[in-house]
Amino acid sequence: MLVLEKNALSDEIESFVNQYGNDRASLLQILQAIQRKHKYVSDFAQQEVARLLNIHPVEVYSVITFYSFLCTQPKGRNIVRLCRTISCDMAGKDAVEDAVKRELGISFGETTKDKRITLEYTNCLGMCDQGPAMLVNEKVYTHLDPETAVNILNEIK
Amino acid sequence: MEIEKTNKRTGPVIFSEYSRSEGIKKALEMGREDILFELKGSGLKGRGGAGFPTATKWMLTAAANADKKFIVCNADEGEPGTFKDRILLLEYPHLVFDGMVIAGFTIGAKTGIVYLRGEYEYMLSDLEEYLMKMHQSNLLGKNILGRQGFDFDISIRLGSGAYVCGEETALIESLEGYRGEPRNRPPYPVNTGYMGYPTVVNNVETLASVSHIVVKGGGWFKKHGTDKSTGSKLFSVSGDCNKPGVYELPWGTSVKELLEIVDAKNTKAVQVGGASGTCIPKTQFNRVLAYEDAATGGSIMIFNESRNMLKVLKNFMEFFVEESCGQCTPCRVGNTKLLEGIEKIERREFTFAHINNLKELGRTMQVASKCGLGQSSPNSFISILENFKEEIFHTDGKGQSNGKA
Amino acid sequence: MVKRDIRIPVSQQPLVVDKPKDTSTIGGMVSIQINEKKVSVPFGTTILEACKQNQIHIPTLCHHPDLCIAGVCRICVVDVEGMRTLQTACSFPVTTPIRINTSTPMVRKARRHIIDLLLSEHYGECYSCFRNGNCELQALAKEYGVDGYTFGHTDKPGREVDKSSASVIRDMSKCVLCKRCVRTCIDLQEVGVLEAIDRGHETHIGTFLDKPLADVICINCGQCINRCPTAALRANDPSDEIWNAIDNPKKHVIIQTAPSPRAAIGEEFGVEPGHSFTGELNTALRRIGFDKVFDTNFTADLTIIEEGTELLNRLKKVIVDKDESVKLPQFTSCSPGWVKFIEHFYPEYLDYLSTAKSPQQMFGAIMKTFYAKEAGIDPADIVTVALMPCAAKKFECNRPEMTASGYKDIDYGLTTREMAKMIKEAGIHLPEMPKSHFDEPFGDASGAGLIFGATGGVMEAALRTVYELVTGREVPFDNLVIEPCRGFDGVKQASVKLEKCVEKFKFLEGVELKFVVAHGTANAKKVMEMLRRGELNDVHFVEIMACPGGCLGGGGQPIPTNIDIRKKRAEAIYEEEKSLPVRKSHENPHINYIYEKFLTEGPCGHLSHKLLHTHYTKRGKYIS
Repeated sequence: MLVLEKNALSDEIESFVNQYGNDRASLLQILQAIQRKHKYVSDFAQQEVARLLNIHPVEVYSVITFYSFLCTQPKGRNIVRLCRTISCDMAGKDAVEDAVKRELGISFGETTKDKRITLEYTNCLGMCDQGPAMLVNEKVYTHLDPETAVNILNEIK
Repeated sequence: MEIEKTNKRTGPVIFSEYSRSEGIKKALEMGREDILFELKGSGLKGRGGAGFPTATKWMLTAAANADKKFIVCNADEGEPGTFKDRILLLEYPHLVFDGMVIAGFTIGAKTGIVYLRGEYEYMLSDLEEYLMKMHQSNLLGKNILGRQGFDFDISIRLGSGAYVCGEETALIESLEGYRGEPRNRPPYPVNTGYMGYPTVVNNVETLASVSHIVVKGGGWFKKHGTDKSTGSKLFSVSGDCNKPGVYELPWGTSVKELLEIVDAKNTKAVQVGGASGTCIPKTQFNRVLAYEDAATGGSIMIFNESRNMLKVLKNFMEFFVEESCGQCTPCRVGNTKLLEGIEKIERREFTFAHINNLKELGRTMQVASKCGLGQSSPNSFISILENFKEEIFHTDGKGQSNGKA
Repeated sequence: MVKRDIRIPVSQQPLVVDKPKDTSTIGGMVSIQINEKKVSVPFGTTILEACKQNQIHIPTLCHHPDLCIAGVCRICVVDVEGMRTLQTACSFPVTTPIRINTSTPMVRKARRHIIDLLLSEHYGECYSCFRNGNCELQALAKEYGVDGYTFGHTDKPGREVDKSSASVIRDMSKCVLCKRCVRTCIDLQEVGVLEAIDRGHETHIGTFLDKPLADVICINCGQCINRCPTAALRANDPSDEIWNAIDNPKKHVIIQTAPSPRAAIGEEFGVEPGHSFTGELNTALRRIGFDKVFDTNFTADLTIIEEGTELLNRLKKVIVDKDESVKLPQFTSCSPGWVKFIEHFYPEYLDYLSTAKSPQQMFGAIMKTFYAKEAGIDPADIVTVALMPCAAKKFECNRPEMTASGYKDIDYGLTTREMAKMIKEAGIHLPEMPKSHFDEPFGDASGAGLIFGATGGVMEAALRTVYELVTGREVPFDNLVIEPCRGFDGVKQASVKLEKCVEKFKFLEGVELKFVVAHGTANAKKVMEMLRRGELNDVHFVEIMACPGGCLGGGGQPIPTNIDIRKKRAEAIYEEEKSLPVRKSHENPHINYIYEKFLTEGPCGHLSHKLLHTHYTKRGKYIS
C-alpha cells in the first residue's frame, strides 16, 4: 500500500474512532464502518484499530473472524448472500443457487473476475415466509426464482 | 424495499389496539411498583424462547444496587424459521420502543440499546428515524414527558452475522466489542451485564407485550393463553403451507389447529422452535403450543409428506456446526459428531450402536453445554431420529422403504 | 455489582461476587451440602474450591490456578440440585445453601463424553508424544477409564505444525482449545499474541492473521508452554544436535547450568518441588558426556560487575557531567523475554536498557575467547550449551549480534525439561547421582549469582556490590539478605541511602539509591507506563524479569507451574545461597582473575564492550 493511501486510511479510521469512541465496546461498530466502506478490513486497518483502541491486533483479528459479515480479505464490490436455511431450501434455493452459479461462472465463496460480485451463503435471513431469499449488500430480495435472481444480479453494478 | 407485505393474522393481545406512547404515559402515571405488580400479575415470560418470567428479571435488576443500569432489546432474531420480530420492528416499532422506555423507567436505567441483527440492516434508517421522532415528542431524552429526572435514550447497534449473539450474554459480549462467546452464569446479566452493570435483556416481542400490559393490565393479559403460558404469541409460520406468515395465536393452540389456520396439507412433521426446537410427528399434532408442552420462541416450520427428514436434520446440524461459538467442548465438537453421524446414515455406513451413542451424547450436550445453543442443538437430532425412525433407518435413504412397494 | 477490569471479557475474569447486604449467614459463611457431606464455606467460594477444601476431587482441564476462569472445557461439571443443567464447578460461586452432587450418573457420563470428544479431535498417539506421562488429557482419559474411541479418532493432523519460532513450537492438531495459552498471553503476560480465531468447529488458537509465530510480536517467554495441558505447545528442542556434538570426538562440548533449572529439575524425576540438585546434576552431565560443566553464576557475577559499573557510570554522567543524553533508571537486560518485550512494545525506551549481555551470552563470549586460549582449544571446535529455565534463551542465542567472539557465542539453549529428557535417555536417575563440583576455572561463583533465579535476585546481587563499592561497607541488611527485593509482589519498590562514600564516589554522598523490581511482562508494562508518566524520574535501577516469579518460573521449567511450586523453587535457591562461602560478586576470585588476565581495561572497558555488551533493535509492534 502506498504511504498516501495508508495515511488516508489512518485518518479515516481515526474519524471512526472519534465517532464511536476509543474504548473496546466500540470495536464492532468501527469494524463494521470499515467493512461497509472497503468491503474488508485490511491488515493495516486492523493494526490501526488495535493501536487506537489500545488492544492487541490479534484481538481485532479474532473478533473479525468470529463474525460472518466481517472479513480480512478483499471481496467484490457487491456481496450476495443466499439463504441456505431449511425454509428457503424447501422453497427452491437449489435452483436459484445453480442458476446464479451458471450465470456468473463462479462458485459460492468466490468473487467474479471483474470484482463485481462475491457469492456467499448465509444462515436464516428471517424471510422464511418469502423464500428463497438473498441479501445483496444490506438489501433483501425474496420470492426468488432462478430467473428473477439472475436478473437482479445482472442489474447490480 | 423488496419485501412483500407479510401474511399476518392479528390477535387480541399483541396486535390489539394501541396508540403510540400510550404505554409510556400510563407507566409514568402508575409508578414503578404498580408496573412491576401488573407485570407480575400478567405472568409474562420471555418471548425469545427461554421463557424466563419477565417480572422477575425486572425486579432483580430494579433491586440491584448500581450507579448505571441498561435495557437491551434483543433483536438478533436468528433462529431459523423466526421472523416475527421483523414484523414488529417494521410495522410496530412504537410497541417495542415504548416497552424499552417503560423498562428504563421501571428499573432505573437511562440507556437502552437495541441489538439489531446485521441481516436486518435495511431497517436501520427507518428505526433511527422513528427514534428521532420520539426524541422530538419528548418520549426519549431528558425529563421524558415532563417527568423530572426521568432521562432515557435508545441507540441501535448492529450485529455482524452470528446466530449465537442471540444468547443474552453472548449479545452483551458482542456489545462490549468481543467475540460473541456466552459467559459463565452466574453471575447473571441482571446483576453483572453490559459493562458489568445490571442489565435487562428482553426479546422484541416481550417488550411489545409489556406496552400492552401496562395499558390494559396484567389481568387482561392473563385472560389469554393457558395457566402457565399467559397471553398470546406471535408464531412465524413457514414451510409447506399455503399461508405462511406471522400469526398471533393464544398459547395453548394445538399444532393441529395451527395447521388448519395456515392451510397446510399432507403435513408429515412440524418443527416447533426452530432448528433448536423439537420435531413433532403427525401422531402428536394434538400437542399444544405452550411453555409447558411444545415451547417455542415462535418458529413453526411445516414439512409435508414429500420431505426427506434426514435432509432437514442435516440442514439443522450444519447450521449448528457453523454457528456454535466454538468455546465449549460439548457444543463445538458434539455438533460435529452429530453431523458426522447424519452423514453416515446418508451413506448407509451407520451402526445402531453408534447412533445410540450419539443420542446419548446429545443428552450430555443438553445438560453440559455452556449456553442455550449447545443445550438445545441436539433437540432436533434426538426428536427427528426418534420420531422418523421408519423413514430414516428402514429405507434406502431415498425415502423408499426397503423391500416394500 | 461486580467491579471488573474492562480489558478482559467478563467470561474470562476472576469471579468476584458482591456480598449481599443482608447476610443471614453468619460471618459470610454459607452452609452447603456436597454429596453426603455438610460443609460451610465463605460466601463466593467456587464449587471447585469448596470441593478441594473438603478433599473432594473434581477433574479440571481449562482451569489453571494462575489464570482467570474460562469455564469452556466443561469437564468439571457437577449437579447442583434444582438446576436444569449441570454447572461448571470452576466458575460457579456459592452464594446460597445449595446441594451439590459431584458424581451422579449424568455427571460421570457427561465427563466421559467430553473426554471422548476431545480425544476424537486430538491428533497423534500418546506413546509418540513428548508429554507422555505428563499430559492432562491423558490423565483424564486414564481417570475415566477410556479404553476406546467412542466418537472416532482423527487419523490426520488438522493443522500444520508451526516451527518458525526459535523458541516455541505450536502443534495445533493437539490443541484442546482450553484457551490457557490465550489467557496466559493476553491476561497474565499482556503480550497479546494468541487468541481464538474463527468460529464454531473451525475455531482454533492463532496469531494475528494466522501468521507464523516468528513473524508476530511473540517475546518467546514460553509461559504458554508451561500452562498447556497437552503437547500443543512445546519448546524448540535442540537435544539431537547436542547429542551429535557430544558424540563427535572433535568437539569440545561445554555446558553451563543456571540456578533455576538446578532448583527445579528434580520435579522431572518425581521429587517434590523445592530441592536443588546442583551437585547431582554436575555428575549426571559428565556421565552424559559433556566435556566441561560450568556454572552460569560465574557470568552472573560478571554481569553484576559490568552492569553495576554501567550504573555507576550513568550516575556519574547524570550527576556530575549533567549529561542529558544518559538515561536513568537503568533497566536490567538479562531476561531475553523482557528484552524482546521492550524492543516490541517500548522501542523508544531502549536507551534505558543496560547494554550488558545476559549471563548466558557473556559466558559464551568468554568461552570462545579467553577459555579457548587458556585451554588451547580452537574456538571453532567448542560447542557451548546453556541449561536454562527459559524458552527465550533459544531466541537470544540465535540473535545475529551475539557473535562478538567471532563465533556463535552460545550454540544451544536447552531447557530444564529437555535436559531431564537427555538425562533419562542416558539411563540416569538424577536424584541417585553422587554430588560433584563444577569444573574449574568457571566453577566457583558467588551466592549473588545464584539468586538471579528469583525475582529481585539481580537487584539484590547488584546492591550488595554497588553499595560496597560506593561506601566501602556491606549493605546494611542482616546477613546480606535485602528483604525488599524478595517475595512475589508484582512490582516492588525500595531504596537504600548511600552515606560516607569512598573518595571515588563522593558524588553519590547522601543519594537515596531507589530501585524497582518487577516480574512478568504484565508488571513490566505497569513499570514502563510509570516511566512514561514520569513517575520513575527519581529511580535509579529497575530489574525486570519476563516470567512470573523470575527465572525459576521460566518457560523452560518443569510442567506444571503454580504459585506454590514457584515459591518452593525460590526457597530452594535462597536456601542454597545461605551456605555459600562467597556471597558478593565482586569477591569472586575468578572474576578478579579474569579482569587481571583478560579484560585488563576493567569493567565496561573496551574489550568488555566488545564481548560482554550488546545493542538492541527497535522492533515495534507493526506486523507487516
